[in-house]
Amino acid sequence: MAGNEKVDVLIIGSGASGAAVAWSLAETKMRILCLEQGDWMKPTDFPSNGRDWEARRYTDFEISPNRRGRDTDYPVNDDNSLMKIANFNGVGGGTVIYTAHWPRMHPSDFRVKSLDGVADDWPVDYWALEKFYDENDRMMGVSGLAGDPGVPPRHPPMPPIGLGRTGTRYAQAMNRLGWHWWPSDTTIATTEYEGRAACINIGHCTPGCAQGAKASTDITYWPLAIRAGVELRTRCRVREITTDEHGMASGAIYYDADGVERFQPAEVVILACNGVGTPRLLLNSASAKFPDGLANSSGLVGRNLMLHPWPIVSGYVEEGMDGGRGPINCIWSKQFYETDPSRDFMRGYTLQFGRGTGPATQAVIGATSGLLPWGRDHHRQYRQLLDHRLSIGVACEDLPEEHNRVTLDSVLKDSNGIPAPKIDYTISENTRRMMEHGIARAEEILTEAGATRLYASRTALNYPGHLLGTARMGTDPDRSVVNEWGRAHDVKNLFIVDGSIWVTSGGVNPTSTIQALALYVADQMKKRLATLFD
Amino acid sequence: MVTDLDARLTAAEILALGRIAATMVPEDAVSGMPGADDPAILDDIARSLGRDLPLIREALAAVAAKSGGAFAALDRDGREALINDWYAGGGAPAVALGRVIVGAYYRDDRVLLALGHEARAPFPKGYVLEQGDWSLLDVVRGRQPFWRDDRVVPAGES
Repeated sequence: MAGNEKVDVLIIGSGASGAAVAWSLAETKMRILCLEQGDWMKPTDFPSNGRDWEARRYTDFEISPNRRGRDTDYPVNDDNSLMKIANFNGVGGGTVIYTAHWPRMHPSDFRVKSLDGVADDWPVDYWALEKFYDENDRMMGVSGLAGDPGVPPRHPPMPPIGLGRTGTRYAQAMNRLGWHWWPSDTTIATTEYEGRAACINIGHCTPGCAQGAKASTDITYWPLAIRAGVELRTRCRVREITTDEHGMASGAIYYDADGVERFQPAEVVILACNGVGTPRLLLNSASAKFPDGLANSSGLVGRNLMLHPWPIVSGYVEEGMDGGRGPINCIWSKQFYETDPSRDFMRGYTLQFGRGTGPATQAVIGATSGLLPWGRDHHRQYRQLLDHRLSIGVACEDLPEEHNRVTLDSVLKDSNGIPAPKIDYTISENTRRMMEHGIARAEEILTEAGATRLYASRTALNYPGHLLGTARMGTDPDRSVVNEWGRAHDVKNLFIVDGSIWVTSGGVNPTSTIQALALYVADQMKKRLATLFD
Repeated sequence: MVTDLDARLTAAEILALGRIAATMVPEDAVSGMPGADDPAILDDIARSLGRDLPLIREALAAVAAKSGGAFAALDRDGREALINDWYAGGGAPAVALGRVIVGAYYRDDRVLLALGHEARAPFPKGYVLEQGDWSLLDVVRGRQPFWRDDRVVPAGES
């Protein structure tokens, strides 16, 4: 097997968390290498450059790796899950294709056991992470508006995205209902920011931003980390983490761009592969010393998978709205976020208000929801849908359950022959009640806004790609995989910084918190360099 | 996963696809909308099948079976009723067929212009998004913070 020169720190995965931890550790002047299985993305390759921009959301920029099927992707057996897995494999990872919605977790999200008697408290709290949230906001570049009474104080460096016709319509309805709303925080630049151009409203941001206005880590953290000396090697797919006779991580075996098997030795290994990729890698790293997978003495590697069920409720108004001419992000509501004892479920959700879609996507949505017929009435009905759509997403907190898990598929493998992940996942009764509550509130809002032809899409098509909880953090080695600063209980030079270390999921998009946690773990490592393995 | 991207429909399959496409999205001369069987659009559909080709073949076979092999012989009402009925329960093949037809149809210049849209890619020109009415936020600004502060001990507890 071909070998490489030893590095101080080996990071696996270059997405949201891998980029943040690489940048933060760069100041130590350690030799840092990141292995990424995908490619660098080129803005000229993003769909909005071409007339087929909508169709490509269902092909090479599809959020499901199973359908996208790039040679840099690995398959995921998600047959036994109503919610499907979404991810992206390339420099920047999921930030290349996320919507750039940027809520933080709330303080109560870290104290769900103490406050609400459910699940477990985190070993860190909001206030320990606050300065890392702020640092990350500066690094990613956040647009928003201070003063929101629904969330703790924060100070986005850029003004919010315009309300537009659609946001104004929502706001009028919310004010009549007396319910909270606020312009969403996003990582879409509304002014020039650190070399990024301002948003020019080229449409839904998910399939990459040709303008470069959306913050993905390939254009935020990585240029700075590389300039500071970090090496990023693409097309390197890691098969397993190796360990030495002392049970310490010794490096990783990976396949390079030519399919050649290589060994990369390292003093410290950091996993940043997301809540599915990380448990897959740990389970694929089983050995005589770690027969159940690496760092898995608790038996919790892969368990407690949380996916954020995310119903979307839509309706149509008579007046023309923004359609697809602008970011999908618009406003949010925290009205139903915190636990309310009068409801029949614990915890809560964010309402996320979206704009419309492009012409082809509207036709697909209309047909699949039964609102758009085929035949001679198609054109008349279609004109009443296109650019008239309102839609509200219900971002439900998904509490941890051990039977929701990632294991290794006994048959399915990626193109290098590495066993693929298998997902077993069900939606809990608490979450189902939460979903129905949110759907009912969304229908009230849309009705108040004058919308008709309401349609609720509960889960199957709304997989948000939030992959959380499968290597949870905690102080008890029997009940967690990593400690309160991200180090594996079982392997003292192995760290995890991605969404898998989450204890609970909150009811928000996770990237802001994933990165704040990665910066927090990096800070803890820097403070403990002399005693890191004690 | 990706299948044989180099495969293509046969001429007979394209003929059948054209009949179905014309039924699903027919020409509307009054509004200037071509049908989805317009030669340029049908050619775009046929070239865009890619990874959906197996599903499209399943869809063509399902429609043929449902019509007893006589889809073309049905009158317009019969064809539309059959397609709408099949689409509602047709699963992945139906969704794929609808998606590839409208994916090509709603990027055709004539269609977009008839809908009042510009016939161009979003980038680099972009679009204008109105600021909207920010005065609506005034009432929200007046609310007291209502997020739960975990540092605050509830009254009666210490």
